[in-house]
Amino acid sequence: MTRPRPPLALVLPAAAAAVIAVTPLWYLLDRTFDRGAGALVDELWRRRTLDLVVRSLGLTLAVTALCIVIGLGAAWLVVRSDLPGRRLLRVAFTLPLAIPSYLSAFAWISWRPGLAGFGGATLVLTLVSYPYVMLPAAAALARLDPAHDDVARSLGKSRLHVLLRLTLPQIRSSIAAGALLVALYVLSDFGAVAAMRYEVFTWVIYGAYRAGFNPSRAAILATVLVLLAMVLVVAESRARGRAAARVGSGTARRHVPVKLGRATPVAYVFCIAVLAPALAFPIWRILTWVSSYASTDLDLADVATALGNTLVLAGLAAVATVLLAFPTGVLAARSNSRVARTLERSTYLAHGLPGIVVAISLVYVGVRILEPIYLEVPLLIIGYVVLFIPLAVGAVRASVEQSPVRLEEVARSLGDRPSAVVRRVTAPLAAPGIAAGAALVLLATMKELPVTLVLHPTGTDTLATQLWQYTAVSDYANAGPYALALVLFAAIPTALLGASASRRPKAGVLS
Amino acid sequence: MSAPILLSVAGVTKSFGPQRVLDGIDLEVPTGAIAAVLGPSGCGKTTLLRLIAGFDELDSGTISIAGQVVAAGPPTAAGSRRSRPTSLPPERRGVGVVPQEGALFPHLDLEGNVGYGLANRGKGTDRVREMLALVGLGGMERKRPHELSGGQQQRAALARALAPGPALILLDEPFSSLDAAMRAQVRDEVFEVLRAAGATAVLVTHDQQEALSVADQVAVLLGGRVAQCGEPTDLYVAPASRAVATFVGEAVVLPGVASGATALCALGELSLTAGAPTFGEVELVIRPEQFAIGDVEGPGTAGVVIGRSYYGHDGVARVQLGTGEVVVCRTPAGWLPTRGDAVRVQVATPVIAFAAAG
Repeated sequence: MTRPRPPLALVLPAAAAAVIAVTPLWYLLDRTFDRGAGALVDELWRRRTLDLVVRSLGLTLAVTALCIVIGLGAAWLVVRSDLPGRRLLRVAFTLPLAIPSYLSAFAWISWRPGLAGFGGATLVLTLVSYPYVMLPAAAALARLDPAHDDVARSLGKSRLHVLLRLTLPQIRSSIAAGALLVALYVLSDFGAVAAMRYEVFTWVIYGAYRAGFNPSRAAILATVLVLLAMVLVVAESRARGRAAARVGSGTARRHVPVKLGRATPVAYVFCIAVLAPALAFPIWRILTWVSSYASTDLDLADVATALGNTLVLAGLAAVATVLLAFPTGVLAARSNSRVARTLERSTYLAHGLPGIVVAISLVYVGVRILEPIYLEVPLLIIGYVVLFIPLAVGAVRASVEQSPVRLEEVARSLGDRPSAVVRRVTAPLAAPGIAAGAALVLLATMKELPVTLVLHPTGTDTLATQLWQYTAVSDYANAGPYALALVLFAAIPTALLGASASRRPKAGVLS
Repeated sequence: MSAPILLSVAGVTKSFGPQRVLDGIDLEVPTGAIAAVLGPSGCGKTTLLRLIAGFDELDSGTISIAGQVVAAGPPTAAGSRRSRPTSLPPERRGVGVVPQEGALFPHLDLEGNVGYGLANRGKGTDRVREMLALVGLGGMERKRPHELSGGQQQRAALARALAPGPALILLDEPFSSLDAAMRAQVRDEVFEVLRAAGATAVLVTHDQQEALSVADQVAVLLGGRVAQCGEPTDLYVAPASRAVATFVGEAVVLPGVASGATALCALGELSLTAGAPTFGEVELVIRPEQFAIGDVEGPGTAGVVIGRSYYGHDGVARVQLGTGEVVVCRTPAGWLPTRGDAVRVQVATPVIAFAAAG
């Protein structure tokens, strides 16, 4: 049942969050049409722009397809098979999320410079983003009703038939959601393609911004990139289909693991083939860099300072994002009024906004109306909020939806005003989901490169900016300690997410 | 009844989209009474309860609690000063709610749950202890909801609703999630507590046995209207319509022709209850326990047993009459025919009749 009027105590902060999320986009459009439609068309029809579209889409397609194959295979092995050590593998398969794409890219290119280009970019982006498919697919597989399998087998269908005709269609929406995350990630990734010197939108936009600051061209290309992202979002909602729900009451039994038997070695070969390049190789490279650090004059105190800056910024971003996302998430879960839907969708606009676009838009905003905080911490935090608020809204929404509305109604009848109900019932019950959302934002902020690169206050270096600075000039010995610190600290929230996401499935935490 | 009216529902309607769920509900519950709203699933009974609690807003009509109008639709009379519907928010209605499955707050222990509404009304932990003792959960203040059995959760939910001393308690199918063996016991305990507390309560249920056994007054809700409201015995013995008769208790409906105090049907000539039509085509409503069933040598109408159920204390036989109609007869514990037996059935007591539809 829906509340007729969502409480103002939630609508007002949610509206503030929506305004923050939408502002960059508005400035971007303003810039795009700055020089009139003629200039816009000229810019769009340049041969180079069309090449960019083809290259970006090609890379997106290749990486997404590979991620679906790897992500599904890994999810099935850790959730449904009897592979020994699958619990540990579950966390191991999640850990590549802790490795920033640019770091992985530099690890490869410093070893074999010949990898630069489409092949290298595909390799690196696949290895860092397949967990986006694996996590929702694993959660969906764990949620499926094992009785379906039993019934189909008893009707004389083979295991393969069950997998293809029964299991896959039921987890299709989760796969689609994961594939969308991968596709958006590829479109918006900046670090890996820059390191691999593969010319796609993000790198060219950054170039247009750096080289002489050609704002209109950067803005127009950014708008095209946003449009591509929007097309992906719409396509995904079409492909998602109807979510499969468990019909009937009663407690679902646990799955009986599928016996791999003689296929066990093959499964291990798959795990090694994924984890060796995705996890072991970059770690080995980082350790190699660190071991050669002794020969440099790098001051470890600088690393500590950068680590401190990274942790403080990521903490601030996580707190600010979750605080701003909470009212929107509650509204989205509890009200289907037009106001609530509009506010939620506004925050999701940023879902398709690549970091480099947000960064450049906020430069315009900063220069025009927020001059006092331009290149200061608050504007950088706003950038993180715009980028990552969809993660937090999704997490809050999913956890609030899991607690029954009845509890809130009972609290009302016991004398609480709506705002007191949110404080005394809704928020405490949603705490685990909110924590998961905060962890996601924390992780994403630590790894984030383009917004940090463009908006960080002069003199306030983070692990990511330092790492970028040294690796960009192939000074891997100096980059080593920064890389090690970043991966170690990013691994903590990642491991927590991996362990919790597969143990107790929470739909939407990642979408 | 002489007790003053505590809850008054008058002409209440509510639609969800094009579907009218409540279509002019009238209901009055005196102070200290326990009323049941009985209806099949989808009849709108839960919607009515939500309107009384203030969780949803009504379209038209009035709801008053203890003389105060808590919800009223837009005025129909011209010149009224009210331009918008009145709706007191749930937290200011003084209504306690016991939902399905209890809905205890999972993040609070029992003391936190029962004391939840007290913080708002300036009462202390003594009251929590008193309430837990009242529902038989004394000393369990520190228990978490998941540590309690289904019945204990239900009683804790009742204590939570009673603690702030509400004028009215609403119970929404509170026993449907309990298994059959436990249901009757928990139900008796809950209503003992309610009577001991002198509470006025409205119970919403689809279980006619539950409604008839615990309530002072039962309102049968069919198709968004109150089909009949009265004491449990009235509903069973003198139903207002065929629909009420067949919903409240089991019944066989046979066509017949009335003539004076009797009617002719497949079972021969049966006497009618007072108030039945005295002329023309009627529908006769016969309860299973009104049949006397005996072997084929005895008196009555001949038939063949086509199905039977055995319950221990008695049984039920489905008998197809020579004319084709099937009747359901309660049989004594010691005498249960088997399928295919030839039997005779007869009805000795007066039966209820309604004028045939159309």
